Amino acid sequence: MSKGSPISPSLMATKSTGAHKAPERVERPADAGVDSAAVSPVLGPNNVVPPTVMTGSQAIVRSLEELGVQDIFGLPGGAILPTYDPLMASKMNHVLVRHEQGAGHAAQGYAMVTGRVGVCIATSGPGATNLVTAIMDAHMDSVPIVAITGQVSSGVIGTDAFQEADIVGITMPITKHSFLVTDPNDIPHVMAEAFHLASTGRPGPVLVDVAKDAQQGQMTFSWPPKIDLPGYRPVVRGHNKQVREAARLISGASKPVLYVGGGVVKAHASAELRELAELTGAPVVTTLMARGVFPDSHPQHVGMPGMHGTVSAVTALQQSDLLITLGARFDDRVTGILKSFAPNAKVIHADIDPAEISKNRTADVPIVGSVKEIIPELTEALRLQFEAFGTPDLTTWWAFLNNLKETYPLGWTEPEDGLSAPQRVIERIGALTGPEAVYVAGVGQHQMWASQFIKYERPHAWLNSGGAGTMGYAVPAAMGAKVGEPDRVVWAIDGDGCFQMTNQELATCAINKIPIKVAIINNSSLGMVRQWQTLFYEGRYSNTDLNTGHDTVRIPDFVKLADAYGCAAFRCERDEDIDATIQKALEINDRPVVIDFVVSPNSMVWPMVPAGVSNDQIQVARNMTPEWEEED
Amino acid sequence: MTRHTLSVLVEDKPGVLTRVASLFARRAFNINSLAVGPTEVPGMSRMTVVVDADGELIEQITKQLNKLVNVIKIVELTSESSVQRDHILVKVRADAATRLQVTQAADLFRASVVDVSTESVVIEATGHPEKLTALLSVLEPFGIREIVQSGTLAVGRGSRSMSDRALRSA
Repeated sequence: MSKGSPISPSLMATKSTGAHKAPERVERPADAGVDSAAVSPVLGPNNVVPPTVMTGSQAIVRSLEELGVQDIFGLPGGAILPTYDPLMASKMNHVLVRHEQGAGHAAQGYAMVTGRVGVCIATSGPGATNLVTAIMDAHMDSVPIVAITGQVSSGVIGTDAFQEADIVGITMPITKHSFLVTDPNDIPHVMAEAFHLASTGRPGPVLVDVAKDAQQGQMTFSWPPKIDLPGYRPVVRGHNKQVREAARLISGASKPVLYVGGGVVKAHASAELRELAELTGAPVVTTLMARGVFPDSHPQHVGMPGMHGTVSAVTALQQSDLLITLGARFDDRVTGILKSFAPNAKVIHADIDPAEISKNRTADVPIVGSVKEIIPELTEALRLQFEAFGTPDLTTWWAFLNNLKETYPLGWTEPEDGLSAPQRVIERIGALTGPEAVYVAGVGQHQMWASQFIKYERPHAWLNSGGAGTMGYAVPAAMGAKVGEPDRVVWAIDGDGCFQMTNQELATCAINKIPIKVAIINNSSLGMVRQWQTLFYEGRYSNTDLNTGHDTVRIPDFVKLADAYGCAAFRCERDEDIDATIQKALEINDRPVVIDFVVSPNSMVWPMVPAGVSNDQIQVARNMTPEWEEED
Repeated sequence: MTRHTLSVLVEDKPGVLTRVASLFARRAFNINSLAVGPTEVPGMSRMTVVVDADGELIEQITKQLNKLVNVIKIVELTSESSVQRDHILVKVRADAATRLQVTQAADLFRASVVDVSTESVVIEATGHPEKLTALLSVLEPFGIREIVQSGTLAVGRGSRSMSDRALRSA
């Protein structure tokens, strides 16, 4: 007999030898309904379509329709032209973007607010490579998107044909999976598999590259297709024994912290999280990707952890004796120097991706599965545990944390140059618009301030490029979010640097009546880089001045630019105008609004854990570290 | 760092070797050897990957490999529980004066001579990597002209089949 040993117990569950056979379960977005589709891995209503002869391109469009797709973002070109022809006759809404990167981020924004798979289309070569940044962004932040690209005809693949690029090869490390289709008969099952892969397990981007002759060729279409993915079996249910072990650790911990990541948002498990949190009574930290999944206003919320986290959140993790990690991945922006992160804590780590568990920090109790299933099971196990052994007393822990919350609240110092504080602008946008809106940030200082100073009370209200840090994410992602949730106010909180990378999508918004609101936090510079130059490069501002703000040539003039794009446009340069300008923007709903908020270039993001040091070295302001002695 | 032999059952799809190889490159894992070929099941290939890694890293490697959609199953084969073989072709300088010594050396290792010319012989050998290293060191003094070596092939001992079990659970 073979003594081949399986590599690890957690893997056994994913690709088992048959000992553990979990029922076929498919994770689907909350709004997908409980129809017969709940048992089929094929998304959509699973209408039965008898064999019908059509072209490959008609099959692409038909597959998208059968999969329940309503909105698509894309831009045509030679190799995808055949597919754009039947698309014209489809009920699906195609939004013509101005740059393929915009289509990719729009698909991300759409997926983030709706929980459904976002779809983007581009042609071969440069069209496809323009999607690469968005695909990588979706991969880092586990966003379910399907990117469909045209490819040159199969006969000339490999000959450096016009607009040929090996996009499957290029995107291999940044997709969850990818397909090259050269036979039109493969289209229905490939499309169904792509959507299944993108939306189940740990979500992510899937690329479908379709050769032009496969689009033009005849095929026989029938639905639903058979999904054949023998190597793909994500584990959804957590292991019972591990869940009980986690409950046992929680009941014995005196300084537990719920370390909550974006996986809880993706799993639509915020209600389950709240129940668990309230049962444990433990403090909750929400990472940059998880903002809103636990209400900011909840007394157990101690803030965002990480490089620009609150003192209370960072310290809670550092001093904890038990991290209850749910759908988070110990990113370096959260942990700082890994060796010194939460040195006294045991770790419970629940994640749907076994490869995240013990990747950076070794887990004492690993639980592979969906947090949607694990959290309620843990709550139940914990309830029994507490009934048997009593509820742990966290009074001392809370006294310590509450003291930190009161002593080191988030705040800012007024700029000395007389210009508005960017933090105030962002805080007022949040306060006047409220928690029902969607806030989409670019990357940099304004992103951190938008995370810090807007109050998030619900999941799917905060979108940003967390893992990838893609400047230019905000405008197109906001556009996608507004298409997905047309009844919500959608704010893009953008920087003057970020805005100049993707603002061409304002044309898309204006023409397609997608009335997003864009707040440019204009500090006339690449602000976060400038902050690091201030702190770590003796104020040598190498190539960070953008000349868009106060007392500069203002190139471009954002008001004129927005006006040229058919948007309502305002400039706000004084504190006393902030509220009125925001109100004006909130009253306009027939076209996009752009506000050029001219702010100080000298404001910095605090608190901050400088790169390369322990989280214990957190600074609340320049060279100011909190006093720890009083409690410890 | 210890040496691990992973047997990886994959779907025989275009690009699957690239996916595996690029994963190793992307995650900075080192491949010592890799051999791939078809199996008894149509549509399935089997890769034997030899890697040098310590305990936590090998676990991370297998987890990342398992995430590849085309990877059906991974088993680690230990040297006790499996048969592991490398295959080598060596071209050795051998003229009338030395040919006999060279062929005798090959005989000692149960290797066979598969080509002879006036200046050289080609020796084919199969065995555990240590045996092949020993053979090479014996041949070295005669003058090695070329070496071509396969990756390690490995199969579990006993009657059970890796693809059988993978298919049942699929």
